[in-house]
Amino acid sequence: MVEYRKIEILVGAFVFAGLLALTILAMKVSNLTDFGGGDGYEVKAKFDNIGGLKVRAPVKMAGVQIGRVAEIGFDNKTFQAVAVMKIDRKFNAIPKDTAAKIYTAGLLGEQYIALEPGGDEESLKDGDSIVLTSNAVVLEQVISQFLYSKAAGDDKSGS
Amino acid sequence: MLELLQGLGHWTLSGLRRLGRANIFMLYVLGGIPLCVRRFRLVITQLFAVGVLSILIIFVSGLFVGMVLGLQGYNTLVDFGAEESLGVLVALSLVRELGPVVSALLFAGRAGSALTAEIGLMKATEQLSAMEMMAVDPLHRVIAPRLLAGIIAMPLLAAIFSAVGVFGGYLVGVGMLGVDDGAFWSQMQSSVEFREDILNGVIKSLVFGVTVTWIAVFEGYDTLPTSEGIGRATTRTVVNSSLAVLAFDFILTALMFNK
Repeated sequence: MVEYRKIEILVGAFVFAGLLALTILAMKVSNLTDFGGGDGYEVKAKFDNIGGLKVRAPVKMAGVQIGRVAEIGFDNKTFQAVAVMKIDRKFNAIPKDTAAKIYTAGLLGEQYIALEPGGDEESLKDGDSIVLTSNAVVLEQVISQFLYSKAAGDDKSGS
Repeated sequence: MLELLQGLGHWTLSGLRRLGRANIFMLYVLGGIPLCVRRFRLVITQLFAVGVLSILIIFVSGLFVGMVLGLQGYNTLVDFGAEESLGVLVALSLVRELGPVVSALLFAGRAGSALTAEIGLMKATEQLSAMEMMAVDPLHRVIAPRLLAGIIAMPLLAAIFSAVGVFGGYLVGVGMLGVDDGAFWSQMQSSVEFREDILNGVIKSLVFGVTVTWIAVFEGYDTLPTSEGIGRATTRTVVNSSLAVLAFDFILTALMFNK
């Protein structure tokens, strides 16, 4: 019986080690702890062009992450992209006339939505829409604009 | 020409027959699961054999796979000035792929072959027939606890493998190569999803656990009751279950991570 007790203890240690490893993976390796659950409110914003924005991209204000992009849809009437952002409950005093812009982290990094606060007394609530939006910077457009203006400048100096 | 056709037909039919036997066998074994839950002592003894005794090999190979990933990943990433992403690289490759797959391959070699040999020897020495004579169903009494133990042990071993591997990558990346400590963890945490990556890894290892243990106990039960037959069955267990793990891994990856 002593033998069986030893086996039981070792099996218990094995199961414990396995569960501990899973917990470490969940807590230390993955982002389960932040912005994982459904605790937050949703705000919509329409963009003419969202570039490479993806679901679960960060939503930042003053550079601090306050939420994530929950859903990206398409408005069939205005032909605009609709981004639904889930913002953490803690940040519940964001002014109603806040502007949303799509920026890129670094030159070629992932894209995120940056919110710039307005001055309204009222704050955004669940289901509200952000009206003031500006589009993602599409690198090809910037390059072609640059080349076009450069070509135009060359023509002027040439003539 | 006709002989060739006959050979092909014989090969196909015997393969199908084996597959059918394996499925009927599985059905009977599943009928023994309630008995195992009532007498959990049987499962614990088997958990010791397949789980606890596999820990050492899983631990050591996890550590070394993680350390090698750290070294190789660093050499590639440093060319792009992106060595802070080392944590992401190590964690994602371990949690999604290497953890479940490599630990399943090791499990097939370490525990699967032992299961086949043990059950095959029981059959060769007519212990299984003796049980039947005593009106004890060997499928319920011998096979079902082993299957259940394998299915429980596999995800735990894969989780240990991944966690130890990430630690190995951390040791090499931060300790040896001087990647920034904070960036290593924070980039990892912002890129690894719990549901998407870790849960899918656990599901993978669960599927591999069923596959490997099923093949191992079936090969043992289906073996020719001779010493040569047991040897062949053990080889078949390792080869077939490794191939099955790799094939299932491709299918599961295509289903899970194909966006």
